[in-house]
Amino acid sequence: MTSINRTVLERRIVFLVLAIAVALPLVFPLGLKTQVTPLTEKAYDLVESTPAGSVVLLSFDYDPSTVTELQPMAQAVIEHAWKKGHRIIATAMWPQGSQMADMAFADVQGKFDNSKVYGLDYVNLGYKVGGMVTMQAMGRSMEAVYPKDMSGLDYKDIPMLTGIKSLQNVKYVFSFSAGDPGLTHWIMVAKDKYDIPVAGGTTAVSAPGFLPFVNDQMQLHGLLGGLKAAAEYEFLLGYEGAASLNMNPQSVAHVLILILIAIGNVKAWRKRKSVQQEASKNA
Amino acid sequence: MPEFMAVLGIWLGAFFTLSIFSFLYKDNPFYKLAEQIFVGLSAGYWLIYSIFNVLVPNLITKLFFDFGNNIILLVPLALGIMMLFRIIPSTQWVSRYPIAIVVGTSAAIAMLRTMQTNLLTQVTATMVNPFQFSSPVAIVGTILVILGTICGIYFFYFSKKQEGIYAVPSKIGIWFLMISFGASFGYTVMARISLLIGRLDFLLRDWLHIIK
Repeated sequence: MTSINRTVLERRIVFLVLAIAVALPLVFPLGLKTQVTPLTEKAYDLVESTPAGSVVLLSFDYDPSTVTELQPMAQAVIEHAWKKGHRIIATAMWPQGSQMADMAFADVQGKFDNSKVYGLDYVNLGYKVGGMVTMQAMGRSMEAVYPKDMSGLDYKDIPMLTGIKSLQNVKYVFSFSAGDPGLTHWIMVAKDKYDIPVAGGTTAVSAPGFLPFVNDQMQLHGLLGGLKAAAEYEFLLGYEGAASLNMNPQSVAHVLILILIAIGNVKAWRKRKSVQQEASKNA
Repeated sequence: MPEFMAVLGIWLGAFFTLSIFSFLYKDNPFYKLAEQIFVGLSAGYWLIYSIFNVLVPNLITKLFFDFGNNIILLVPLALGIMMLFRIIPSTQWVSRYPIAIVVGTSAAIAMLRTMQTNLLTQVTATMVNPFQFSSPVAIVGTILVILGTICGIYFFYFSKKQEGIYAVPSKIGIWFLMISFGASFGYTVMARISLLIGRLDFLLRDWLHIIK
């Protein structure tokens, strides 16, 4: 067998083993627990410390490709906000974000026996093109940017929006963000321009880029990075949701990848050693 | 009928998921089919979505039903039409004007906020007295932030040869950079595994009903 064929075969074995390592814990959960990190705690505390009756803004800046990571976060934050008596405005800077919001609201409604009333407890204003320009315009007038909600209701006819003239009237912004436009722009506009507390949930890939914003200037009030942070938020709320269950295969896969990295390094070291030995023999 | 469509959707989803996964074995017609349908479908979806959710409510409806109050919208309409001149090679130059306006406006709007958020506030956040904190973890953490920031930036200072004493901060900077790249790699692994979990969860739960 040539070395190229062996490499291809080895790669296929790695894919197969990884698929099995992820599938088995999905079918047979291991019951692994997750530790809560300060980043998640900060985001939780922001929602927890906001008084009941406050109007808050959740921005759904993602689409179905990142639903595994961001949807559990969105559901957990909606549940927390509703438990605290907050009224939620949902917006979307990504075209399919508004559908993601609808799905999240529908799922969490089940936990509240469908008692949350559209227009009183939550509203979905839908998608707007423009990213940061739209956010800045929301700082001047929410109604000008969103004259109607997703269902076609006029802004002024939605009871919970009475008194919400601009972005400054919401108590915090929580962006679930898979890229641009998203959390970066909310920090720039909502926090740094209008001084509204901003927290965020991002995919794990983009989480390291947002860590510097969790600083003493409070540019971000906590950060949920990837599936693990979603599981931590569920833990803080006291239930095991989709994220907690999916952390079982995640943890197994991580252990497997560490083993594979170790094997790869040993193989590379042995190969280098044999090349060196051959070179010294020839010399 | 809606139930049939839901089942059909799940089976199509399973077929396309497996077709994409089949690339891991080797390139094959199923993968190519799924890839091309995905690209075509996405482009079609975006086109229709943009027409009915952006163009129609923001431009066409306003111009048709309230022309007098929206006469200014003729400007973006003209710019949009000018963009389409890109299709014909001999008139491509026309499209440069709307592109220039878009790029110039975006840069102007973003510049101030980017400076504030990514530079000024970030620099302010680094200028912290570490000894104002009572917890040793916070003190050490803040010292590391200051040290990491200064040494990390110094690594990219190329105006003086980094040798002798001048190489020390640069080497410390490399350590900080490597640790941050390692953390980024770890997060990336988590994200990719999450995507795999999402697809396998779909196959095992929605398609095969193995997970209840």
